[in-house]
Amino acid sequence: MKQWEVVIGIETHVQLSTRAKIFSGSSTAFGAAPNLQANAVDIALPGVLPVLNRRAVECAIRFGLAVDGEIAAKSVFARKNYFYPDLPKGYQISQYELPVVRGGRLPVQVGEREKMIALTRAHLEEDAGKSLHEGLGQAAQGRSGIDLNRAGTPLLEIVTEPDMRSAAEAVAYARALHALVRWIGICDGNMQEGSFRCDANVSIRPAGETLFGTRREIKNLNSFRFLQQAIDYEVRWQIATIEDGGSIEQATVLFDADSGETRAMRSKEDAHDYRYFPDPDLLPLVIDRQWVAQARAELPELPAARRERLMADSGLSAYDASILTASLDLANYYEATVTAAGKENAKICANWVMVDLAARLHREDRDIGESPISAAQLGGLIARIADGTISTSMARKVFDELCSGGQASSADAIIASQGLQQISDSGALTALIDELLAANPGMVAEFRSGREKAFNALVGQVMKATRGQANPQRVSELLRQKLA
Amino acid sequence: MAPSRGCGGKNFYDTLYGSLVYHLSDFVTMSLTLEQVHRIAHLARIEVDEAEARRTLGQLNEIFSLIETMQAVDTQGVEPMAHAQELAQRLRPDCVTENDQLALRAAFQAIAPEAEAGLYLVPKVIE
Repeated sequence: MKQWEVVIGIETHVQLSTRAKIFSGSSTAFGAAPNLQANAVDIALPGVLPVLNRRAVECAIRFGLAVDGEIAAKSVFARKNYFYPDLPKGYQISQYELPVVRGGRLPVQVGEREKMIALTRAHLEEDAGKSLHEGLGQAAQGRSGIDLNRAGTPLLEIVTEPDMRSAAEAVAYARALHALVRWIGICDGNMQEGSFRCDANVSIRPAGETLFGTRREIKNLNSFRFLQQAIDYEVRWQIATIEDGGSIEQATVLFDADSGETRAMRSKEDAHDYRYFPDPDLLPLVIDRQWVAQARAELPELPAARRERLMADSGLSAYDASILTASLDLANYYEATVTAAGKENAKICANWVMVDLAARLHREDRDIGESPISAAQLGGLIARIADGTISTSMARKVFDELCSGGQASSADAIIASQGLQQISDSGALTALIDELLAANPGMVAEFRSGREKAFNALVGQVMKATRGQANPQRVSELLRQKLA
Repeated sequence: MAPSRGCGGKNFYDTLYGSLVYHLSDFVTMSLTLEQVHRIAHLARIEVDEAEARRTLGQLNEIFSLIETMQAVDTQGVEPMAHAQELAQRLRPDCVTENDQLALRAAFQAIAPEAEAGLYLVPKVIE
């Protein structure tokens, strides 16, 4: 059987975090009642003119800088002409020849290896409204309802080169992009609300072939799982079609999450003739270099740089560093924990954040921003583990108390008030051990006859007698001495 | 097909001529066929009958010949203009300026052909 190579390019619509729409003063807040955020500009009444939102441009510049793209000195808006009821002007204001961002690249972690995905462009445009076909009530029989609240919401469309070679790479790219746009504060990343939507252009070609096959575009994938499933299905379908002697026709397809299949939309012969031309309602956007320099100065340290710094400073593995830089909040939390616990305890901090805290957050369905324990509290707790004041199992109890006790409590206060300090004092432990050995001659005899199990049982007895407070390492040292 | 209505204040001939003139290079001969006029009219959702199409063909070809004359000018090294005025786009601060949206919606929907429960109603469209 022939070997096939998969070729994928992705277009992502990223909803920008602005208060107002891209060309009007209507709110962009999610969830308003129909048409309560649609003013004269959004519904395209006669005589209105679009005025560009400065913050939307700033978001595009930030993104361009974050991916090392070229920021256009002069950028132009164009009309993309097509007819649909949720597009009241009969065209979408988008960009064609002179987008705000050209080029750029995004490093992507695919399993253990890093791959660089090249970007073609990123341009600003407005979103369309929403059409509702069901649940409209008796009066609206045979009608579709149009809600224009979303019309005019600012989007940044980010287009890659056809650089991805598997669904796994496509998902890794989408995840990295999702993390980046949240990291630099231009998008809330809420995929359920449609703030981050991917279109995947998928084609296949025989391995070794340099020309591209005919692509089909899977539209509007709003979860990473759907992206993976849709591409997997599409690739299988394209291979089967070609191996059965058929050919692929360029088409736009939809992914049906219920059946897990992709299917072609009814193709309209003129569907792709958008007749772009510069929008005479909008003057060219001039982005002076001072604005770009200012945006650069305001950009936070980017995920890739942060990752490398964490590896260098804390000696973390690439894997741990990539987990801890999944979001800006998480990376900041981790670093604040290290500050509180001491730099020499960075690795213990990483473990607590990635294991104990992550499990707790997952269980309570919370984000790191809503953590029930502050970084300072967690750092304080870790410092007491590191200096031997409490054992790890005691620390878990203190951790739980801190999580439910509010931000005012501290590990030190809980340890003191509940007497949880580890007993490491040799004198106290030796006395206890002597008592136990005297009371359990049977176990001592078993150990002396070579049964290691008996030793563990003796350690267990000490721990039990101290309600878990004895330092287990110290106990075992002392026991060995006594039994030697 | 009936001419579209209710699509805002944008003149459809804007779209028709705007895109035609902008895509001049698509028309190698600088002269349109009647078929091309019908196609562009269809894309712009404008109903033109045969007589109107012929008249439009004549008008468009006249515009083309005017442009052909202009194309004799040497524009080597001249940056294409995106707008007739040498001005830059003014920017608006990111502020919500619409307040009484209930009253606004009521006013807009009073002049809409059909509205129900806050939604504008249109003939059923489904892909």
